[in-house]
Amino acid sequence: MQDAKLAVSHAFKIFGNDAPAVLKLLRQGKSKQEILAQTGATVGVQDASFEVREGEIFVVMGLSGSGKSTLVRMLNGLIPPTAGQILIGGEDIAQASPAALRRIRRDKISMIFQHFALFPHWTLAENVAYGLKINGVPRESRHKRALEVLEQVGLAPWADSLPSDLSGGMQQRVGLARGLAAGSDILLMDEPFGALDPLIRREMQMELLNLQQTLKKTIVFITHDLNEALLLGNRIAIMKDGCIVQIGTAQEIVTAPADDYVAAFVADIDRGRVFTADDVSSQPTTIQLRQTSVRDALRMMEQGGAHALYVMDGERVAGVVTYQQLAASEMDPSPTTTLQDALITDFPTVDASTSLSELYGAAGSGLPIAVTDERERLVAVVEPSDVLAHLSGDAVAAEALANKEQANAQPR
Amino acid sequence: MLSPADIVTLPFDDWVNAFVRGWLVPNFRPFFRAAQVPITSVLGWLEAAFLAVPMLVTTALFALAAWKTAGRGMAIFTILGFAFVDMIGLWDDTMTTLAMILTAVFFCAVIGIPAGILAARSNLAWRIMRPVLDVMQTIPSFVYLVPIVMLFGVGMTPGIIATIVFALPPIVRLTNLGIRNVRADLIEAAEAFGSTGWQMLWDLQLPLAMRTIMAGLNQTLMMALSMVVIAALIGGGGLGLVVNTGLGRMDVGGATAGGVGIVVLAIVLDRITQGLAERSGVRGASLRQTLAGFFRPRATAPALEAEKAG
Ligand SMILES: Nc1ncnc2c1ncn2[C@@H]1O[C@H](COP(=O)(O)OP(=O)(O)OP(=O)(O)O)[C@@H](O)[C@H]1O
Ligand SMILES: [Mg+2]
Repeated sequence: MQDAKLAVSHAFKIFGNDAPAVLKLLRQGKSKQEILAQTGATVGVQDASFEVREGEIFVVMGLSGSGKSTLVRMLNGLIPPTAGQILIGGEDIAQASPAALRRIRRDKISMIFQHFALFPHWTLAENVAYGLKINGVPRESRHKRALEVLEQVGLAPWADSLPSDLSGGMQQRVGLARGLAAGSDILLMDEPFGALDPLIRREMQMELLNLQQTLKKTIVFITHDLNEALLLGNRIAIMKDGCIVQIGTAQEIVTAPADDYVAAFVADIDRGRVFTADDVSSQPTTIQLRQTSVRDALRMMEQGGAHALYVMDGERVAGVVTYQQLAASEMDPSPTTTLQDALITDFPTVDASTSLSELYGAAGSGLPIAVTDERERLVAVVEPSDVLAHLSGDAVAAEALANKEQANAQPR
Repeated sequence: MLSPADIVTLPFDDWVNAFVRGWLVPNFRPFFRAAQVPITSVLGWLEAAFLAVPMLVTTALFALAAWKTAGRGMAIFTILGFAFVDMIGLWDDTMTTLAMILTAVFFCAVIGIPAGILAARSNLAWRIMRPVLDVMQTIPSFVYLVPIVMLFGVGMTPGIIATIVFALPPIVRLTNLGIRNVRADLIEAAEAFGSTGWQMLWDLQLPLAMRTIMAGLNQTLMMALSMVVIAALIGGGGLGLVVNTGLGRMDVGGATAGGVGIVVLAIVLDRITQGLAERSGVRGASLRQTLAGFFRPRATAPALEAEKAG
């Protein structure tokens, strides 16, 4: 899982003459704009270094002209890098001979294009079989394989149609099928859904995630849509003026933007979709139903600054008790109050991958939310105040506020 | 008035004479003689075939081809036209002319299509070829009749060689154009899947350029037809000879009859090849788009894409 399928180190692309001089200027810290003004050369990509792990979707995001297409085309050598190293399975694309490059493209890396780039004079089946044809696979078997892949993307009935008979979304499915049929492990996708309308786009994103669950390809996905990046990307690289300014998971990028550029990007993102219960939960402090007295429980809460605690009955979650209720029950004159009397058994539970926007409802009860695993065991708890804090985007400040409220709520 | 000629006069004609007579002809005559062998044999073969097949069979075949490619009207015209040519006694001359121009067009295609492919794939090759084609198209054909006679002698084959020189440029130009206008994103896709240059040529460039190439072939054919009278001056036979003879004797009737034969042949061949060109391109970009792209190479490709996306 952690193997790097694709490793890029210090890759540069300069469009224009006298690349060495431009490289020197770049090393002196000159900006893309200054270099354009001074030498007339365009810096496409500068000093890109990253690794793509096996089976992950690595999203490259940035505004128009930030060098995304250039970067992704360097990965399969369509654009030769001016400097740097691009390793695929230990082979350096930048140094590969034309024949070696062709072999790598046939066997290891396929590409899917924004405007589909289907061959207009061929049927869908022929289009999908293209990679195999190039590889010299006999007609019969490549046709069979093409039909299988068309089936996977739901286009088998159109196998003998021409691309022009299809809608954009369907054409891109063919593009995807052509990439998949070639059988390479790495897929490069340059804004594959950029030309589709929003509904189809959504559908295709879901379909890609679906396919990816079974296929486990290593995907480099280009987009300029942050929501798409957050939805699809296991990790995201953000580009600006040819530089990669930050690489990280969606959560990392949203919580800790590397600079103002990234911060501006993520400013109006729907945080409820980015974060999950996992991101806001904490280790639970629990008490045992039978062994703990009301007084001990109250003391633990006072010491830990908690206003509610989960009560376990052996391995099982029995329920939750709140400070207010326990304190009230202790006032009760009857001599033998137990935790059982104050136990709330109707507590909210979620699993770790529940998104914050779904947690929002559960947080409404005011009780800490139990995060349970597939065997119903308590793995963590989420404080309602943390949900709100993360949704508002100001986790630290909100946390402080929540702590203050809690302190106020507690007697003494 | 003072003019440059008062200072220097250049014996340009002598230089050319010295070059052609003194160097080219003595040194390369055997080479040029050998070069006409393939042309002579293709011509002989075609002419024998056309003269051997009965008039009715030939007419039927052409009518069928016209019907398939250009419709019923053209088929009827072919039958009437060929019958008329036969009735005015020019059938054999027409077949000789047909054999000549088909030979010329065949060699134009054999030379021109690969040259066009080369020009499309290498900017250097195109930069070299382009002025040569310009000269071939603008130089009056009478000018190169003399050197051709000197190098190749007189007869049918030199006439065909003159025709080839004259009719070659369009097929080269349009092959080059057709291949260069294949959408860049398709080329990129082919490359991304690891295709070799040849695979790309066969799978993508030639099929998508076919319509334009066929249009080039049609133009080449028409230009070859327009050369038959001139080629007859250096020994080409057929209808060209009929027209020339008519001219020489001030025989309006004879010259007109030959002319009518040429026109009938031109119309029939033009329509058939145009029909072929149209059919070969149905699945690719249209010729009109391709030609439009020639004048606005940057503007058309995105416009086409926008059309598709929208
Ligand atoms: N062949 C080229 N020659 C010169 N400059 C180029 C070339 N290709 C790209 N550039 C320049 O390199 C920079 C990066 O372009 P690139 O196409 O990689 O951007 P992008 O992030 O993919 O943008 P978009 O979202 O519009 O596709 C741009 O400034 C562009 O003008
Ligand atoms: Mg791009």
